[in-house]
Amino acid sequence: MIKIWSMKKNEDAATKKRPKTSAAQIRVQKDLTELDLPPTMKTDFPDPTDLLNFVLTITPDEGMYKGGAFSFSFTINTNYPHEPPKVKCMQTIYHPNVDLEGNVCLNILREDWKPVLNLNSVMVGLQYLFLEPNADDPLNKEAAEELRKNREQFLYNVKTSMRGGNIKGVTYDKVFV
Amino acid sequence: MTTKTDVNGAATSSDWQDRYYHVDQILDRPGPRTDPSFLAGDEVKDFLRNKCKILVIGAGGLGCEILANLALTGFKDIHLIDMDTIDISNLNRQFLFRPADVGRPKAIVAAEHVMKRVPGVKVTPYYGKIQDKGDDYYLQFNLVICGLDSVEARRWINATLVNLVDPANPESFKGQARVILPTVSSCYECSLDMLNKPTTFPICTIANTPHLPEHRIECASVLEWPRTRGDEKLDTDDPEHIGWLYSIAVARAKEFKIEGVTWSLTQGVVKNVIPAIASTNAIIAASCCNEAFKIATSSAAYLNNYFMLIGTEGVYSYTFEHEKRDHCPVCEGEALEMSIMISRDWTVEQLIELLTEKQNIQIKKASLATPEKPIYFQQPPQLEEATRPNLEKRVSELVPDGGEVVVTASTLPFSLSLIITYE
Repeated sequence: MIKIWSMKKNEDAATKKRPKTSAAQIRVQKDLTELDLPPTMKTDFPDPTDLLNFVLTITPDEGMYKGGAFSFSFTINTNYPHEPPKVKCMQTIYHPNVDLEGNVCLNILREDWKPVLNLNSVMVGLQYLFLEPNADDPLNKEAAEELRKNREQFLYNVKTSMRGGNIKGVTYDKVFV
Repeated sequence: MTTKTDVNGAATSSDWQDRYYHVDQILDRPGPRTDPSFLAGDEVKDFLRNKCKILVIGAGGLGCEILANLALTGFKDIHLIDMDTIDISNLNRQFLFRPADVGRPKAIVAAEHVMKRVPGVKVTPYYGKIQDKGDDYYLQFNLVICGLDSVEARRWINATLVNLVDPANPESFKGQARVILPTVSSCYECSLDMLNKPTTFPICTIANTPHLPEHRIECASVLEWPRTRGDEKLDTDDPEHIGWLYSIAVARAKEFKIEGVTWSLTQGVVKNVIPAIASTNAIIAASCCNEAFKIATSSAAYLNNYFMLIGTEGVYSYTFEHEKRDHCPVCEGEALEMSIMISRDWTVEQLIELLTEKQNIQIKKASLATPEKPIYFQQPPQLEEATRPNLEKRVSELVPDGGEVVVTASTLPFSLSLIITYE
């Protein structure tokens, strides 16, 4: 049998107990403690000892969604960063890239996720959706259609929805702060 | 050539004359490529047959092959972990199982089968998760061979094992076998970036412009399931759940005139199943067992350290040395692990200051956590506020003697594991 201990440069290191913290947990700690968020984004941890479940609130200070506060739940599993975090919008909002159940169409949350990306990139990506709603990859087809065809009407609808109004039979959550 | 009539170092009643005749050709005398530490003859045979304790993780396609190979090579103390039960679809390649075994735990059936067929071999099964077992359990083994099918499980076992690992992962016609000498050669985590991404489709495509049967299935599981079934967790092993997704996907596929949604495709998409091919399993398992044998006996140079089999077009294989990744969070732990002795009276704040000042550390703005919870985080603001009261507390109130503190900081490439002991 080969002697693995003698192959180590440092005998001390061999006898040392291995860390108990999982790689995912360390990575989340690193991501979180190095977050560099603009004042328009805030995190909220319902349980500050649980780093894997939290809420991000975005309050855009420009663009069509200015004045609203949009909350997203983040759920991170032990396979992070091999798998992206699961992100859902917690309110019913009128947005071409967010459906009424809160699913978000953001490329880096699914098909373009890479382990080199981090929580900061996801958060910045989410904020970008409010500055530049994208009509080409719609999740809420009607909203996307409106944005493409009639920007004025779309803007009007956004404002109505943010006040908690009703558009085509759907009542949206009031998000104005 | 001599034929021994007595069986060296393995004199159990179940050994008959010449049982290990062929294996002994390798073990009785050194060859041109044997390691200098190779002790030909009785000693090595005694180790292999009586002393070496080997763990096989997974009793699936690879596990069955590995188990059979090990038992027939002469390993006699084999342990086996698997958390699965036998499914009828396993029987084409997992040859230790019979139709009557469907529904029974794989580990137990495989152990019974091997012990029945190979006299003198003791297989100790454990029907459960690898995570159920602790360091003490894993440390008792000389070798561990992994035949695991999920990235998550492989990462876990890789991070847990201190001894010797051999993971293998066949995917259809491709497979890898590698030798991992923890902290000596590159580990599984080092090569994490070589993995293929699981196939995912843009959520907007699956919702609005589906054009593949996979899109409909993905839509059923990602969008329709939470919409209709609420918080109920999707269990990909539950036939009712798969059936539900299947029926939804079929209905939607009709709307979009997409053909090809089948039960097995549904199962394949939601479980991210990669078709298993018996011959790939056999080759990879053979390679793993060959390495285990060489490492256990030092009878030949072992694989350094990554063997790749590509059977998609002809049979091609390639062996190379995968290098350790700098700052790998698992195996580079050595360089980024540090012990520190402090007084029991020290506060968290003093510890953070020490990290900043100490010549060989110099970590500015460190964030600290125990494996259970944050001690002090510099960011984000809410956690900083929540953990700020801890700055005044004594480290000894929060961390046990010999306990681990994970330190992260923007100046650190990854993290530092600090082992705290008290004066």
